[in-house]
Amino acid sequence: MKAFLLFKDRDFDPKQILMQREKKSRAYETDEKLSLKQFLPWNAAALVQDLGLDILFNKMSDGNDFILEAAETVVLSSLTDAETILYRQGILHDCMMHEDVVRNIYQLLLDAIEKEKTSHWWGLFSSPSSILHESIDKLSMFLEMLRKLRSFADENEKIFDSEGFERLFKMLREELSDEYLSSLDEHLQQLKFEHGVLISAELGRGNKGTNYILNKPFEDTRNWFERLMQKELPGYTFHVSPRDEAGSRALYELRNQGLNKVANALAQSSDHVLSFFHALRTELAFYIGCLNLNHHLVEIDEPVCFPKPGKNRNRKMSFTGLYDVNLALSMGKKVISNNLNADDKNLLIITGANTGGKSTFMRSIGIAQLMMQAGMFVPAESFEGEIHESIITHFKREEDTTMSSGKLDEELSRINEIIDRIKPGSMVLLNESFAATNEREGSEIAKQITTALIESGVKVIFVTHQYEFAHGLYGKKMPNAIFLRAERLEDGTRTFRILEGEPLQTSYGVDLYNAIFLHGIPN
Amino acid sequence: MSFISILFNEKTKQENAQHAELPTFFVDLNLDQIVDKITEHYPEYELKPFFYFPLSNLDEVLFRQEVFHDLENITLYEHIGYFAERISEVRKYLKLVDKLYYKRQKEIWFLYAVEVYCDAVKKFSENLSEAQMNSRGLRTFQDYLTNYISSSEFKLLTEEIKRLKTGLENVKYRIIIRDNSFTVQNYEPGIDYSEEIEKTFQKFKQGAVKDYLVKYNSVSQDMNHIEAQILDFVAQLNPDVFLKLENFNSSNKDFIDETISVFDREIHFYISYFEHIKKFKSGRLKFCHPVILESSPQGTCKEIFLNEGFDLALAQKLNESGGQIICNDFYLEDKERVIVVTGPNQGGKTTFARMFGQLHYLASLGCPVPGSEAKLFLFDNIFTQFERSEKVENLRGKLEDDLTRIHYILDKATTRSIIIMNEIFNSTTIEDVSFLSAQIMNKILELDLICVWVTFIDELASFDEKTVSMTSRIVPDNPAMRTFKIIRRQADGLAYALAIAEKYKLTYCSIKERIK
Repeated sequence: MKAFLLFKDRDFDPKQILMQREKKSRAYETDEKLSLKQFLPWNAAALVQDLGLDILFNKMSDGNDFILEAAETVVLSSLTDAETILYRQGILHDCMMHEDVVRNIYQLLLDAIEKEKTSHWWGLFSSPSSILHESIDKLSMFLEMLRKLRSFADENEKIFDSEGFERLFKMLREELSDEYLSSLDEHLQQLKFEHGVLISAELGRGNKGTNYILNKPFEDTRNWFERLMQKELPGYTFHVSPRDEAGSRALYELRNQGLNKVANALAQSSDHVLSFFHALRTELAFYIGCLNLNHHLVEIDEPVCFPKPGKNRNRKMSFTGLYDVNLALSMGKKVISNNLNADDKNLLIITGANTGGKSTFMRSIGIAQLMMQAGMFVPAESFEGEIHESIITHFKREEDTTMSSGKLDEELSRINEIIDRIKPGSMVLLNESFAATNEREGSEIAKQITTALIESGVKVIFVTHQYEFAHGLYGKKMPNAIFLRAERLEDGTRTFRILEGEPLQTSYGVDLYNAIFLHGIPN
Repeated sequence: MSFISILFNEKTKQENAQHAELPTFFVDLNLDQIVDKITEHYPEYELKPFFYFPLSNLDEVLFRQEVFHDLENITLYEHIGYFAERISEVRKYLKLVDKLYYKRQKEIWFLYAVEVYCDAVKKFSENLSEAQMNSRGLRTFQDYLTNYISSSEFKLLTEEIKRLKTGLENVKYRIIIRDNSFTVQNYEPGIDYSEEIEKTFQKFKQGAVKDYLVKYNSVSQDMNHIEAQILDFVAQLNPDVFLKLENFNSSNKDFIDETISVFDREIHFYISYFEHIKKFKSGRLKFCHPVILESSPQGTCKEIFLNEGFDLALAQKLNESGGQIICNDFYLEDKERVIVVTGPNQGGKTTFARMFGQLHYLASLGCPVPGSEAKLFLFDNIFTQFERSEKVENLRGKLEDDLTRIHYILDKATTRSIIIMNEIFNSTTIEDVSFLSAQIMNKILELDLICVWVTFIDELASFDEKTVSMTSRIVPDNPAMRTFKIIRRQADGLAYALAIAEKYKLTYCSIKERIK
């Protein structure tokens, strides 16, 4: 039984790492096998830092660590096929339409997981009997939960219309049929072995019994009269004297050895059911995160829309009302949005006034792109874009405090790493890169790298103050390039709008200088 | 030639060796440490008497050297090791049989013991017949084994074991446990319930889950009375095979052959020694079979030598602590008889003397000795005189003690003996020492025996043509460094001091230059 809510044909977390991370609390920090890194692209940390994704993840999680990790993992491991993106969009759409039902299902899974935890008493010295006993208890509880889950499926199968939910509900109805559920009831009853246990055995080393195999529950073959007269069963029978404590214990041990395999099978079955609950919960957690995010955006009156994913390298990119979701969330109010049509372009150069909203603009594109490729809605009124092989950022960083390398060195080593890994069809966001040297050299480096990237089939968005670099490209009149500028009114006011325009020689730093040195810090 | 023993070529020697006790020189030469270490892991074979019993004629030594040579064949060595392990398992099982309480359990373990024994002997015989062997000892033993396993008794025994084991393996039964009673019945096929449970819940499986099987100690052979009762019931359900098992026990009480049992003990003399020296062989240290020099009727030739030898006891210690041992050489030519070792303290003089004694002793056991090549003398006795701490209960003074002991030695020693002396006569004036030493030296030279004498009296080193001077080597640049290297060189107490002086620029020339 598979949830298939994030992928049509596979588990999102086949090794159940997210579940283990939750169980082991913080132990995973040192355990390689439990590291999230194995899910994430190599540049995940840079993406989070450069695009400020922590804010987004926090709002999605609403303080729940499990949802946080699920959201983080899904958003950062971008999809590259439109089919799966649309598959998730459908499921998310269902979630938004029937939020109560989805949250109830999620709560049911949480309850099952929580109850299982509290009934966990297996210690180091547990015996097969006690394991069997515990397992019967747990499975009885699970059975009740499975019945509820099944009734959710029955009630909602007709109401939900996404492919993902239809599949899920159908699967639950078929796999958890009435017949199957009552056979579980029966097993749990038989496993109490009220009529005794029947074990087959062989002579092992030293004539000790071995290969104990518990047979299907024993049926007393004596008729009612024989039973009444307490006729012995065929074979040789021995009654352990009530005073023989050691004998009772030994017999109990023997019974335990007989039960060992069955207890193991049942305990593992209980784990299997639990792992199914976990798998379903893990995949739902991402959608719960999206629902949470939607609430926050509705609160501040920001719009969202389902984007239109296009084929890789079709060079589509156009949007209206795109805003930086992180900025809006952290300010707690509506922020300036931008429109753009950059279809057929694979190079966007953004120049213009300092603090004019250039970086914010570029970030909003990057975030929307990531959200789209996670199957989410995006923070815009409309959005259409090609699906990129990967989304990569190269932002100017703080000075390296370890003194191990110079700043340009550091930047170049990062770009070197990017070039090592990048594939055609990717998107690179560069923010004031290569400015750590004089303008001429920096420009030359920027030009060479940028030209090489776009010619290799990579889409480049570059925020820069380097006039020589920007203007040089502008002069080439490339049809595939678009030049954008942060708007500045005559009086120096920034509108935070990004408009098409030729790169200028100044970035109006003097405005800032004046603002700070002559007029005090601006409001 | 029929097989007597793998250690001796005659019966009387074998008997004498059983009662050998620690030779008096053992402690001085640290041979006690060596033998303790060699025999450490083989207490059940009581090997020490063999190591306390030096051989006295060349043929006896060669007899063992041949076996040692054969054992260098790794395949053969492994076969012997395997055989020894199996026999030790037999003993373990027999001990268990004694310990066990329930009759039916004793019976089966006895069967196992006999089975292991038969397998071991048979396999060993096969292996030996395929191996390349040149030693008299192993070849005659192989003949013995071949006869043994082709006897009809042996064949019948192995067949009976096979029949019994198959019979028991095929016994199956059922137990029904209800409350405080159980019933044992004949076997009938049933459904494994755990498999059915697994199948039922299979659909929920997402990935691997924990194993909840409780580990039962299957190694323990203890049986409680409930298990014993069940076994009794099983025996009643299968009377035939259990009766046969009972008969097998009563009719095979003494199944171990005496000669094989003795071989198993004696071969461990070789195994223990081989295993011990293996620890050193991995490095640059070497072992060799020494050429044995037996005193001829004329008794004149004592041209012995050793290349790259070392103190085995010290090597043991350094092996444990990770240190490196220094190898030393020596030789005697023509009329040379006495090696006089002088030099600074802590330079390895005593170690050299011990090594000399150890090697000769080990060679007399027929063992390979530390070194790349050696020719050693087969002695009739070794005498040692090492400095001892004064004993309170000893009424004589230390000097008197020394002299009494040396008198005894010189009285007992023959021209075939070896004497090793280490810093004697310390408790008197230098003039006394010189005088006494010269007297003793004369007596030693008279006996024409081989001697190593560690001393601080330089004159002894150039006493006459029969004495050889050896001294610790010094590194000129760093005279404080201990090389532990003893080389043939004129005794010169000054070399050491001069080197130190040079290092600190205190030589004549240096001082002249510095004072300006």
